[in-house]
Amino acid sequence: MLKKLLALALVAAAAVVSGAGQLRAEPANGEPTPWAINLQPAFSPVMEKVHDFHNLLLVIIISVTVLVLAILAYVMVRFNAKRNPVPSRTSHNTLLEVVWTAVPIMILVVIAIPSLRLLFFSAKPENPEMTLKVTGHQWYWTYTYPDQEDMTFDSIPIAADQLKPGQPRLLAVDNPVVLPVDTTVQVLVTADDVIHDWAVPSLGLKKDATPGRINETWVRIEKPGTYYGMCSELCGVNHYFMPIQIEALSKEDYQAWVKQAKEQFAAKDGPATSLARADRAD
Amino acid sequence: MAYATTAGHGEHDDHHPTGWRRWIYSTNHKDIGTMYIILSLVAALIGGVMSWMIRLELAEPGIQFFDNTQFYNVLVTAHGFLMVFFVVMPAMIGGFGNWFVPLMIGAPDMAFPRMNNISFWLTAAGLTLLVSSAFVGEGPGTGWTVYPPLSSIAYHPGAAVDFGILALHLAGAGSILGAINLIVTVFNMRAPGMTLHRMPLFVWAILVTAFLLLLALPVLAGALTMLLTDRNFGTSFYAVSGGGDPLLWQHLFWFFGHPEVYIIILPAFGIISQIISTFSKKPVFGYLGMAYAMCAIGFVGFIVWAHHMYTSGIGTNARAYFTVATMIIAVPTGIKIFSWLATMWGGSIDFKAPMMFALGFLWLFVIGGVTGVVLANAGIDFVMHDTYYVVAHFHYVMAIAAIFAMFGAYYYWIGKMSGRQYSERLAQIQFWIFFIGVNVLFFPQHFLGLGGMPRRIPDYPDAFAGWNMVSSVGAAITMVGTLMFYYIIWHTFRYGKTAEANPWGEGATTLEWTVPSPAPFHTHEELPVIGAGDHGHGPLHGGVQPAE
Ligand SMILES: [Cu+2]
Repeated sequence: MLKKLLALALVAAAAVVSGAGQLRAEPANGEPTPWAINLQPAFSPVMEKVHDFHNLLLVIIISVTVLVLAILAYVMVRFNAKRNPVPSRTSHNTLLEVVWTAVPIMILVVIAIPSLRLLFFSAKPENPEMTLKVTGHQWYWTYTYPDQEDMTFDSIPIAADQLKPGQPRLLAVDNPVVLPVDTTVQVLVTADDVIHDWAVPSLGLKKDATPGRINETWVRIEKPGTYYGMCSELCGVNHYFMPIQIEALSKEDYQAWVKQAKEQFAAKDGPATSLARADRAD
Repeated sequence: MAYATTAGHGEHDDHHPTGWRRWIYSTNHKDIGTMYIILSLVAALIGGVMSWMIRLELAEPGIQFFDNTQFYNVLVTAHGFLMVFFVVMPAMIGGFGNWFVPLMIGAPDMAFPRMNNISFWLTAAGLTLLVSSAFVGEGPGTGWTVYPPLSSIAYHPGAAVDFGILALHLAGAGSILGAINLIVTVFNMRAPGMTLHRMPLFVWAILVTAFLLLLALPVLAGALTMLLTDRNFGTSFYAVSGGGDPLLWQHLFWFFGHPEVYIIILPAFGIISQIISTFSKKPVFGYLGMAYAMCAIGFVGFIVWAHHMYTSGIGTNARAYFTVATMIIAVPTGIKIFSWLATMWGGSIDFKAPMMFALGFLWLFVIGGVTGVVLANAGIDFVMHDTYYVVAHFHYVMAIAAIFAMFGAYYYWIGKMSGRQYSERLAQIQFWIFFIGVNVLFFPQHFLGLGGMPRRIPDYPDAFAGWNMVSSVGAAITMVGTLMFYYIIWHTFRYGKTAEANPWGEGATTLEWTVPSPAPFHTHEELPVIGAGDHGHGPLHGGVQPAE
C-alpha cells in the first residue's frame, strides 16, 4: 500500500518535472495550454529559477503529503475498532513531540534559503539596458518607451469576432508591446484609475499597477516569440478582458520596429513620462 | 462559588419563555446557539447557490449567463462575504461555541446573556444588509477584499458598497460583543476544578478565536469607517489625489484578514480534536502542545498579513520578513496534525460520520497546508498570486476544511442539541458524495492556477476549458452532497431515533455528555466538580462527578 502510493507520487512528480523541460524545445510561445498541470514553460531567467524552486517545493510537499496520508491510512487500517478493541492510553511522548517540531523547522530552512535567494534575484535587475513604462486603465494597457523619446501607444484587446487565425481569445491585443531579446528591461508599472496587475506567467512577470505608485519589476526575454498574460487584479466589469501581449524580437528586428513604430505612433501625444525615471519603488 | 455570577439573571432562569418571545428575546445560550446555526444554514444556502452560479458560468469558455459581468463580480463578492461572515463564523463561534462552551466548562450559561442576544441580532441585521446590498444600484463588485480605488465612490457610485460596509460593521460589532462574552465566560465561569489546563480543546480553540476577533475586528471597523468617509464625506485616506494611499487599505484589511482565516479554522481545530479523541476512545495526544500550538498560531497570525501583498510593491526586505514569518506557522500547524495522528494511533477507532468528516478534514487540511507552504514564499508566490492556485489553496485549507468540521460538529452534537440522532447510513453517503465532490471541484484549480488562470473572471482563454469543466462537474457533485445535508437535517427531526445522553460511549468524556439529550433548557445548575488529571476528559481518568 505504502510502496504503491510512494511509487505513484514519484511517477507523478517525475512527469511534472520533465514536462516543464520538454516544452522548452518548442518555438517560444508563452501561453496557456489545454490540460496543463504545471507552470507555463519559462522564457526568462526569473521564471527559470521559479521552475527550479517549484520543482524542489513539489518534491517536498508531495513527500510530506504522502507521508501524512500514509500514516493516516495505516492508522485507519491498524487501529480500527475491530482490529484494536482496547484503546491504549498513551497521550505523551516527549521524544516524538520534539521530533515533529524540529523536523519541520529543518525542512523550512531548506526551503527558506533558495526562496530568499530567488526573491532577491527577482526583485531588481542588475544593469537594466532599457526601460518600459506600463500604465493600466479600465480596460487596456498603455506602453511608453522613455528611451525612445517617450514613444507611447495603447494596447487594446481584440474582440472575439475580430480575431485573426492563430490569435487566442481573451489574450490577443491590437498593438502588442515589443521588446528585444537578451536585453535586461526595467519595467515600471502604474495605473491611472483603479488597481490592475501586469502579469505574463511564462516570463515570471506580475506586478500591481496601482494609481499613485510606480512599481518596478524586470525581465530578460531569452527567445523571440509571443508571450501572453492577463490583468491579475480585479479592476471592474471588463477585468477578464484586459490582456497583455509581448512580442519579443531579435535586437536587429527590434531596432527596425522602433523606427517604424515611432512613425506610426508619432501622431499620438503620450502622457508625460518624466515620472518613469523616478526612484525605484522597491 | 460560581453561583454568584448567575444570581443577577436568576429571575429569568425560573420561567421558560414560549412562542416567539422565547427566540426574539432569548438570553439562553442554547436557543441563541440554535438561532446562529439556523442563520448559518440560511446563509450557506444563499452563498452555495451563488457558488454554483459561478461554477455554471465557468463550466465552458465564453460568457454563458452574465452578460452583465458586474453582476458576476457581485456574486463573487457576496459569496466570499456570506461564507466567511455569515456561514462559518456564526455556525462555529455563535452556534457551536454558544452551545458547548458553557456545557463543556460546567457553566450554567454565558456570562452576559443579554449581550449574547444583541450579538446574534446584530449578525442577523448584518446578513440582511449584505444580501440587500447585491440588489442596490450596481451591487458591490469589488471582491471581498474591497480594494480602493475600485471600491471608491468614483468606480462604485451607487449605495451598494456603503450597504456592504455597514453590513460588516454590524456583523463585526456582533462578533466583538460575542468574543467578549466568550472570553469572560471562559475566564470566570468554569466549574470548580475546571482549570485552564483541563479545558477541552474546543474551549481552548474558541478562547483563542475570541481573542483574535477582539484584536482584529476593530482594525477592520476602522478601515471600513475610513472607506465610508472617503466615499461619502470627501476624506482621502485611500485616495492618492488627496495624499492618501490605496496600500493603507491593503495593510489594514489584511491585518484583519489574515487573523480572520484563523478565526475560521481555529474552532475547526477544536471540533476536530474533540471528535478524534471521542471516536479513537483516547485522550488527545499532547494536550498542552495542542493548546499552545493554537495560541502560537493565533499570535503569529497577526504578524504575517503582508503575504497577501507580495505583488503590491512593498519592499524586498519586507517581503523577505513576511516569507520567513509565514513559514513559521507551518511548525505549530505540523504539531497539530501529528498530534491528531498520534491521538488515533493505538486507538480503537469507530468510523461514525463525525469521524469520517474529521478524517476528511485532515485530508483537506494537509493538501491545503502544503500549498500554503508554497505560497508563503514571496519569491514564487507572485507567480500564483491572484490565480486559481490561491483559490484552490484557501478553499482546501480553510473554507472546505471548515465546512467539514461543521458537518462533523453537526453529526457529533445533533443528538445533544435536538434529542434526535441522525441517520448514520445517510450521513455516510453524504460524506462520500461531498468528499468526492469538493476534491473534483478544487483539485484541478491548482492546475488552472499554475497555468496562469486569474481568479475573479467570468470568462477565460480557451486553453483553460478542460479543467474548468472538471471543476464544474465537481461543483455539481458537491451541490448534491450539500442538498442532501439539508435533507438529513429534516430527516433527523422527522425520523431521527431518540438520542441517549451519551451516544458515543467511553470515548466521549467531556461534560456535555453528562447532561441528558436534548440538553435541558438550563444545565449545570448544580456545578460539576472536575478531578485532577482531566483534560475535560473526566471519566477516562475517573474524574467527573456532580457536586452535591
Ligand atoms: Cu485590470
